[in-house]
Amino acid sequence: MSEKDSTNRVQVLSGNEACAMGALAADMRFYAGYPITPSSEIAEVLSLELPKTGGVFIQMEDEIASMGAIIGASLAGSKSMTATSGPGFSLMQENIGYASMAEVPCVIVNVMRGGPSTGLPTMPAQADVMQARWGTHGDHPIIAIAPYSVGETFDLTIRAFNLAEKFRTPVILLMDEILGHVNEKVVFPRSEEIQVVKRNRPGVAPQNYLPYANTESGVPPMVSFGEGYRYHVTGLAHDETGFPTNKAQDIERLLLRLNNKLERNRDQIIDYATDQFEDAEIGILSYGSSARSARHAVFLARQKGIKAGLFRLKTIWPFAGQEIADHTARLKAWVVPEMNLGQIAHEVEWAVGRSVPVHRINRVDGNPINPLEILAKIEEIC
Amino acid sequence: MFDYESYLRKDKLPLIWCAGCGDGIVLKAMLRAIHKIGLEKDEICMVSGIGCSSRLTGYVDFNTLHTTHGRAITFATGIKMAKPELHVIVVTGDGDATAIGGNHYIHAARRNIDLTVILFNNSIYGMTGGQVSPTTPKGKRASTAPYGNFENNFNISGLAQAAGASFVARSTVYHATQLEKIIEKAILKKGFSLVEVITQCPTMYGRRNREGTAVDMMQWQKENSIPVSRAASMSEAELEGKIITGILVDAEKPECRAEYQKIIDRFTATTETVEK
Repeated sequence: MSEKDSTNRVQVLSGNEACAMGALAADMRFYAGYPITPSSEIAEVLSLELPKTGGVFIQMEDEIASMGAIIGASLAGSKSMTATSGPGFSLMQENIGYASMAEVPCVIVNVMRGGPSTGLPTMPAQADVMQARWGTHGDHPIIAIAPYSVGETFDLTIRAFNLAEKFRTPVILLMDEILGHVNEKVVFPRSEEIQVVKRNRPGVAPQNYLPYANTESGVPPMVSFGEGYRYHVTGLAHDETGFPTNKAQDIERLLLRLNNKLERNRDQIIDYATDQFEDAEIGILSYGSSARSARHAVFLARQKGIKAGLFRLKTIWPFAGQEIADHTARLKAWVVPEMNLGQIAHEVEWAVGRSVPVHRINRVDGNPINPLEILAKIEEIC
Repeated sequence: MFDYESYLRKDKLPLIWCAGCGDGIVLKAMLRAIHKIGLEKDEICMVSGIGCSSRLTGYVDFNTLHTTHGRAITFATGIKMAKPELHVIVVTGDGDATAIGGNHYIHAARRNIDLTVILFNNSIYGMTGGQVSPTTPKGKRASTAPYGNFENNFNISGLAQAAGASFVARSTVYHATQLEKIIEKAILKKGFSLVEVITQCPTMYGRRNREGTAVDMMQWQKENSIPVSRAASMSEAELEGKIITGILVDAEKPECRAEYQKIIDRFTATTETVEK
């Protein structure tokens, strides 16, 4: 970010622009994508900026190809990403599963719009939360994180790359149309404040390298194609060497390692923020743009003497169920506003059991949730 | 005798291919061509999709990538754009490249990106049990065309040519020495190179269509092949059902990654000027 330091560290820009700039700050050097509203500005900014860094931008023929290209580029050694919205995200699913299975780090940005199908191209939603978790077939690990402001979009985009590299996994950055297009003030961190994780390379000679080794952390070291370590990558079930196997023992070991590697490291992955939660009796749990309304609702409730507090998810998957349960003891109720029909509310119910009621506020009409709707619900249950 | 073993992952043998399958002949022709050019194993990245021929990548001692069905060319595009110094060779089949992956196939040819695509055309989906493919000739039987194929079939080479590929050639596994020379030229060509290889599937295609043994099917390849030079003076009716072999396109065209490098260099050049 030397350019940022020499110019103004304070800028007004959109979430999509901040996402592109965060990716560059994280040393992303390969972008492949296909135009789709409301994400296209990310591609436009990167088509302009990437060649200046020696990086590559390519517009592919569809989202399936975009996902394939970023996996190929990552295996060739470039940090890579794509950005899309609902329909394109659906098309990417098979190859997202490939990246999960073959453990290829990459970042997929989904600027969510209303669905299903073509739905509402220019209007916001948060309806792809479950698709981010279970969109591809098979039991697979995935990380999904969700920023709520333009500034945080910059930070969490960098974090998405760091998590992808650290855990050899695809990471999904869930934005939404509001966040993609809203313009806000951003204070960029100084370049020395930005932490960028580098790929964990093997410490052994090529003949001893096991690309899918059962390491203690669950994450095997990774080397790029063309560096003297000639190995095989496949989406088929494989053993530690990377070659296909039909042996039950090897298959089970692979599947359990894949799924456990994130669970085992969940404390490093799960992130959330609280606001006025210390003495809260009503907990508002939200994420993404809905959390902006939730934050204002907490402010309005406090003005009326109601002890409301905000619990904001920054990591969506793996789910912060334990952390939510830990924050439930003093609560009378949870309120979960989200722009879908209760995809996260359902997870919250699972996390807290029947200890307190979980009230839903849902919108699927293309409009953001108004803070007054949340306030009304808070007053209703008080 | 040529030492194939130095290029093979011997512990992965035997190959999964059926007795009489032509895929092994293509594999050997490819290894001879790579050896003749003198490429280092580390310089080669071999990418495949899904199907019988795509299992080839597991047997060769290069950087190898076995991808999803139809998408090998997209992964290969990412590799070539990110690391242009690698020689990227795609191994694919008729169903993989022209049915599920048809869109990527024509767009890679349009971009003229420096990939060598070796397309094994056996006119059938062998691995899944002999279903009809985009190159099954009209009237021929398949497990999903029990009354004979009622659809028209693709001219795979023509498709790459029309889409803008700088090198297009066709051969058969019967013509193994010609095939080796063609693959050699294809790898050396800077740009999108397609080598369509007519190969036999005696198990899933031959038996169902009473084409005889693998030897009979290769005999058919021999008898029905027409060199491109001779085909030029023949009528469309005379060429019906024939295999036109040889180099169909060998053109000089700007290559995709090199064109992108010019954009990158614009900024590098500017920086240098400023520094001076």
